Amino acid sequence: MDKLSHIEGSIVAIPVNDIDTDQIIPARFLKVTDKAGLGKAAFCDWRYLEDGETPNPKFILNNAAYQEASVLVAGDNFGCGSSREHAPWALMGAGFKAVISTDFADIFRNNALKNGLLPIIVDRDTQQQLFSLAEEDPSTSVRVDVEAQTLTLPDGRAVDFPLDGFSKYCLLNGVDQLGYLLALDEETQRFEARNPQRVVTTA
Amino acid sequence: MTANGNPRTLFEKIWGAHTVRDQSDDTPAVLYIDLHLVHEVTSPQAFSTLRERGLAVRRPDLTIGTMDHSTPTTPRNELGIIPVADALAAKQLDVFSKNCDDYGIPMYALGGEHQGIVHVIGPEKGLTQPGMTIVCGDSHTSTHGAFGALAFGIGTSEVGHVLATQTLLQNKPKTMAVNVEGRLGDGVTAKDIILAIIAKIGIGGGTGHVFEYRGEAIRGLSMEGRMTVCNMSIEGGARAGMVAPDDSAFEYISGRRHAPSGADWDAAVKRWRELPTDDGAIFDQEITIRADELSPMITYGTNPGMGMPISAAVPMPDDEADYNKKTALEKALNYMELAPGQKLLGKTIDVVFIGSCTNSRISDLRQAADFLRGRKVADGVRMMVVPGSQPVKRQAESEGLDEIFRAAGAEWREAGCSMCIAMNGDQLQPGQYAVSTSNRNFEGRQGKGGRTFLASPLTAVASAIAGVVADPRAMMSSTL
Ligand code: SF4
Repeated sequence: MDKLSHIEGSIVAIPVNDIDTDQIIPARFLKVTDKAGLGKAAFCDWRYLEDGETPNPKFILNNAAYQEASVLVAGDNFGCGSSREHAPWALMGAGFKAVISTDFADIFRNNALKNGLLPIIVDRDTQQQLFSLAEEDPSTSVRVDVEAQTLTLPDGRAVDFPLDGFSKYCLLNGVDQLGYLLALDEETQRFEARNPQRVVTTA
Repeated sequence: MTANGNPRTLFEKIWGAHTVRDQSDDTPAVLYIDLHLVHEVTSPQAFSTLRERGLAVRRPDLTIGTMDHSTPTTPRNELGIIPVADALAAKQLDVFSKNCDDYGIPMYALGGEHQGIVHVIGPEKGLTQPGMTIVCGDSHTSTHGAFGALAFGIGTSEVGHVLATQTLLQNKPKTMAVNVEGRLGDGVTAKDIILAIIAKIGIGGGTGHVFEYRGEAIRGLSMEGRMTVCNMSIEGGARAGMVAPDDSAFEYISGRRHAPSGADWDAAVKRWRELPTDDGAIFDQEITIRADELSPMITYGTNPGMGMPISAAVPMPDDEADYNKKTALEKALNYMELAPGQKLLGKTIDVVFIGSCTNSRISDLRQAADFLRGRKVADGVRMMVVPGSQPVKRQAESEGLDEIFRAAGAEWREAGCSMCIAMNGDQLQPGQYAVSTSNRNFEGRQGKGGRTFLASPLTAVASAIAGVVADPRAMMSSTL
């Protein structure tokens, strides 16, 4: 995972509540065995017309003015639905570094953080303000400071967002969590010795 | 039993018994995982990580694989093999097979004796037992909570963590008691309970929480009914849902392939009896619904929280004060091509799907077949029945249920996820309406442009017979 300490980028808004993982990346794209190339399929059924190829001119991500956007502002409860990590892979493949919402589904948030895609929780007023700003001016950009846990709006107002200490450490240092768990091998062995009873699948 | 004399919940007991390292200000807890279920769709990139880093699977003996999501449910060929026509799916299945082989993970291959939907086979094989921690790269892992296990879905990175270390980093969730009091009326089932709960709390209502389903109606459910309820915990935003283990659970497990036997069984039951929530234990939140006030439920929108009693009318966006919710409802009704205030009863449908890890177990199929016996699927309706596993399929066939389905004009298929996720060619055509026993009605979930009404198997069968959305109670009373 790459280090992530700051994001500065323009925003694009999809002001829809409960955007589920089937919209972020429809299941028919999950027949892959790697992570690459999913960006093209992000929001596929909203982004392309019936033929699955022709960009839907009405969908905001196809608007030329928003092509550089790297921060997605979404309606409430973003990422509900399945556990597919293909969702953050697809969003990152489509150029996003952060998603802003009032709330995220648990598994999506975990998956996003493990890939260096930052889920930013803001209050309803900030969300609505960002919706308006994005609509009025496609060049609207925001700044994110991971260390300080702040999102700075174009008017200079800095909004705090929550981020657990461990995820923050991993983002700032580009560390993935597997390394941490592997280093605990002895503790895990002691746990196994203390709790020997298990259902064995190979029996 | 209480630690330090404090009454604890079922969740807290299991959590406590599995922490390799406690949560601190700087780090989440490290949890030991007793059982890891893997399938072809969310595991390949995790195995790639192991290969890149030269890591082994720490406990293949606590891991089990099955093929389910992208597998066809079409008939076998003359060699008894289920052919995989989709090249990408075929490759994914091959990769999965090779991964399980290379790392020594037991695996149930497509069409094999034990293969099936990952959440059907765990309990079926007796692998799912009370007090365990169970994970899978699939959000409906919550199903296994019906046995008093802590079971939740994880992403592919975490699949890699568990493969390599048998542990996971987790922040401790909060708990919510979900009380279902009273008794269910005729024609009202476990599926209606969970659809009513989700309609009440909304699809984000349980975020950050583990549900414990309690109360008379839950105690009165069969294990398969409890699995249906726990299965859809994720649709209420909770990662896990649990029911305290009792004699129903022990009876279900007893004698299954991986169940303990003899003295081990007695010792296990003794341990399991310690698990239920202690009197006086505190939940972070609590909600109550009354089972005796429930009707069959149906969803009208594009998320499982958009549900209502079957005879109700679709809500009016104008009645919604919250702007975000109002636009969400408008968008959903637009996609579903439904009018505000419209009733769903009598709405023409194209497809009925009986299947998925929510409702594809033998009791679901028995209930559906009983209802369908001597009746016909309406002209113009395609009804698919997809058993949850090969053992469910064999059992159903030994009871002649397949004959009832076929005689009524329904398709009897091979086991798998099928039209629940529409990865395998089983899917709705754009614009079609389906009554489905699965768990998600998101836009395009059952096929691009398809429209899903989620309901119980009884409601699905009633609708198949009528050719329109129908209340099973109306038809049942005519036979009683
Ligand atoms: S049946 Fe549906 S919900 Fe269940 S595991 Fe398969 S795809 Fe997921």
